[in-house]
Amino acid sequence: MDALDVARWQFGVTTVYHFLFVPLTIGLGPLVAVLQTMWLRTGDEKYLRLTKFYGKLFLINFAMGIVTGIVQEFQFGMNWSDYSRFVGDIFGAPLAIEALLAFFLESTFLGLWIFGWDRLPKRVHLATIWAAAIGSVLSAYFILAANSFMQNPVGYRIDPESGRAELTDFVAVLTNKVALITFPHTIAGAFLVAGSLIVSVSLWHVMRRGVTDETPAHRFATRFGAVVTLVATAAVLVTGDIQSKIMTQVQPMKMAAAEGLYDTESPAAFSVLTVGSLDGGREVFALKIPYLLSWLSTGDVNGEVHGINDLQAQYAAQYGPGDYAPMIPVAYWSFRLMIGFGLAAALVALLVLWAQRRGRTPSSKWLLRAGLVLPLLPLAANAFGWIFTEMGRQPWIVFGEMLTRDGVSRSVSLTEVLTSFTAFTLIYAILAVVEVRLLLTYAKRGLPPVAPPPDDDPGDRDADEDRPLAFAY
Amino acid sequence: MELSTFWFLLIAVLFTGYFVLEGFDFGVGVLLRVLGRDDRERRVLINTIGPVWDGNEVWLITAGGAMFAAFPEWYATLFSGFYLPLLLILLALIVRGVAFEYRHGRDHAGWKDRWDWAITIGSVVPAVLWGVAFANIFRGVPLTADHEYAGGLLTLLNPYGLLGGATFLAVFVTHGALFLALKTAGDIREHANRLAGRAGLVAVLLAGTFLVWSLVLRANPAAVVLAVLAAVALVAGLAANRVRREGWAFAGTATAIALTVATLFTALFPEVMPSTLDPAGTLTTANASSTPYTLTIMTWVAAIFTPIVLLYQAWTYWIFRRRLDTTHIPTH
Repeated sequence: MDALDVARWQFGVTTVYHFLFVPLTIGLGPLVAVLQTMWLRTGDEKYLRLTKFYGKLFLINFAMGIVTGIVQEFQFGMNWSDYSRFVGDIFGAPLAIEALLAFFLESTFLGLWIFGWDRLPKRVHLATIWAAAIGSVLSAYFILAANSFMQNPVGYRIDPESGRAELTDFVAVLTNKVALITFPHTIAGAFLVAGSLIVSVSLWHVMRRGVTDETPAHRFATRFGAVVTLVATAAVLVTGDIQSKIMTQVQPMKMAAAEGLYDTESPAAFSVLTVGSLDGGREVFALKIPYLLSWLSTGDVNGEVHGINDLQAQYAAQYGPGDYAPMIPVAYWSFRLMIGFGLAAALVALLVLWAQRRGRTPSSKWLLRAGLVLPLLPLAANAFGWIFTEMGRQPWIVFGEMLTRDGVSRSVSLTEVLTSFTAFTLIYAILAVVEVRLLLTYAKRGLPPVAPPPDDDPGDRDADEDRPLAFAY
Repeated sequence: MELSTFWFLLIAVLFTGYFVLEGFDFGVGVLLRVLGRDDRERRVLINTIGPVWDGNEVWLITAGGAMFAAFPEWYATLFSGFYLPLLLILLALIVRGVAFEYRHGRDHAGWKDRWDWAITIGSVVPAVLWGVAFANIFRGVPLTADHEYAGGLLTLLNPYGLLGGATFLAVFVTHGALFLALKTAGDIREHANRLAGRAGLVAVLLAGTFLVWSLVLRANPAAVVLAVLAAVALVAGLAANRVRREGWAFAGTATAIALTVATLFTALFPEVMPSTLDPAGTLTTANASSTPYTLTIMTWVAAIFTPIVLLYQAWTYWIFRRRLDTTHIPTH
């Protein structure tokens, strides 16, 4: 084991962990904003209580998203300084713009939303949650543009003197075709998570707590969450399909690895499940759908899909001797698990919607159980999606330009990386337990009662200095 | 002005903004257990910074991002070189950030007490370590000709670096106490006011020594003027505190922090990270910067969006301008 291995593990662990919270932040923010908008438009208290309830779950989760995000930014310089030197001219720009345009918007307006309930006019207060939600979506775009440069470098040249990548066309970086399709795919994945969480929590209240004054609100929320989940699934599938075609063009090796496809085929069959060694040798059992892989990769049922062996030979000729294939089992299984978990979530949401049709109250023990694990399914799908995207790019850190092993910090010792890897993993583990417990406590507690909102216009509120805050830490 | 100079200036501004803003919320965090004698008082203290601390921290993220974009060599050398201090800062910021949100999650004394410690330690550690880090950037560290850090953790813990750490902590505590005196009413205000006076004396002593030592290490006329103004602002702020002009007092420490950061950056320019080992290792605005093309784009983005950010952040402070005391804390 050397510093490179540990740095890679650290990147994997901190990134996957960070991305457990981010999708919920991206998805739940707009959904809370929608609920608050519905309250403002209808005056129905049910929507206000749901806004506050899911807003609280959103905030518990947001805190983790932001603190683990700082680690991501600093990690490039700490563990991957040679990578940072190589691509800083390009990669740093979207990161800085993300902070300036998105993070400031998100954090400032979220502060205004949390504490502004009785300090801001209702419409202005509603605008603050929308501003925060827009901020989180914007930040996803910029970070994905940066990531897409690593998958499909565009708009740059290599300076012959310094050997570094230099930006030549920023618009090309921002309109990288990989970024343009990864962005909607990721956002749809985020709504899948947020919708599932709402279904899960509200379904529990509908099924377990008997009929209370909260029931109509939770019945509504269950349907709302299920519809969001199903629409998000459709969006994930459509964008994922386009994405896989683009991936086949720009990173054919990643597609070949995802399929464990060793020899070039046309037409190529999609492997639903292959049991074997995945090294191209033995195949014990395989379930395949003919023509599907060709269609997924190229849009043509007879299209040619390149295999790992051909691509390896081609890259070796182009870049010199070396192994240019990612770890096939990781790519193969993460790709399948991503799709499988995502579809499972949609299935549960559909069952919930069906069980609640025309005012029925679902009573199946199995549905309740499925509902409780529901949020874990899209979270797993998201995690495996990222593992696939990043592992499928290996051995490259910037595809075709820099190998991962060349990007690591040279001045950082094994002890140092090991220390930070251990420290982050430990603290992340502890905080995960705390976070889940807190989320469960709040989720079980149910909808907060609402005091009738003050009717006075905000101009008079200063006169009411001694009233307790509507929200306080 | 060359674009790399402009970006040096902008990064100085971002770090100045970060230390002025997060400086007071670090100070409040450090004083949480000192000024807050019971849960209700502690909640008052936390709520004075509740709406803004998160936005304050984004100044750091933006400064880091701007450094990455405009001076990738500086970013790479600094972040890989100061590895362990940065790790500690990150860990501290993590526990501190979640502590604000989590401490009221359960109504249990032991639970709240543990998170209060997380806030205190999470505020002390970054305050001190940023001081150590900035002092060392200014003093210079061993860098090889290809800009790799050749020292260890102990290299950074030299007397000047440690003085930097102590100075940052003392000034932030004073700054935080003055913020509390400005933002609270009743008992807490009185305590904060008195504590600011005492902490202020320590801050004056340490900051005075630190500024003089810094100017001995390297100086130019502009830096000397800025350092003198920084000292004047600090003393004037404390004088204003004595006559209970808390707004002016807070403006005084804010100005002193801004001018101290300005002094360091001014004296450093055009170097960004001097090398004590091999002069060829010294990073400057010229050899650490991105290409003019990248800097031009970044300049446009910064020119358009920085004023907007300043406007809405200022608006936040205006919205939450009123003083808080225990009567404003709801029972749940």
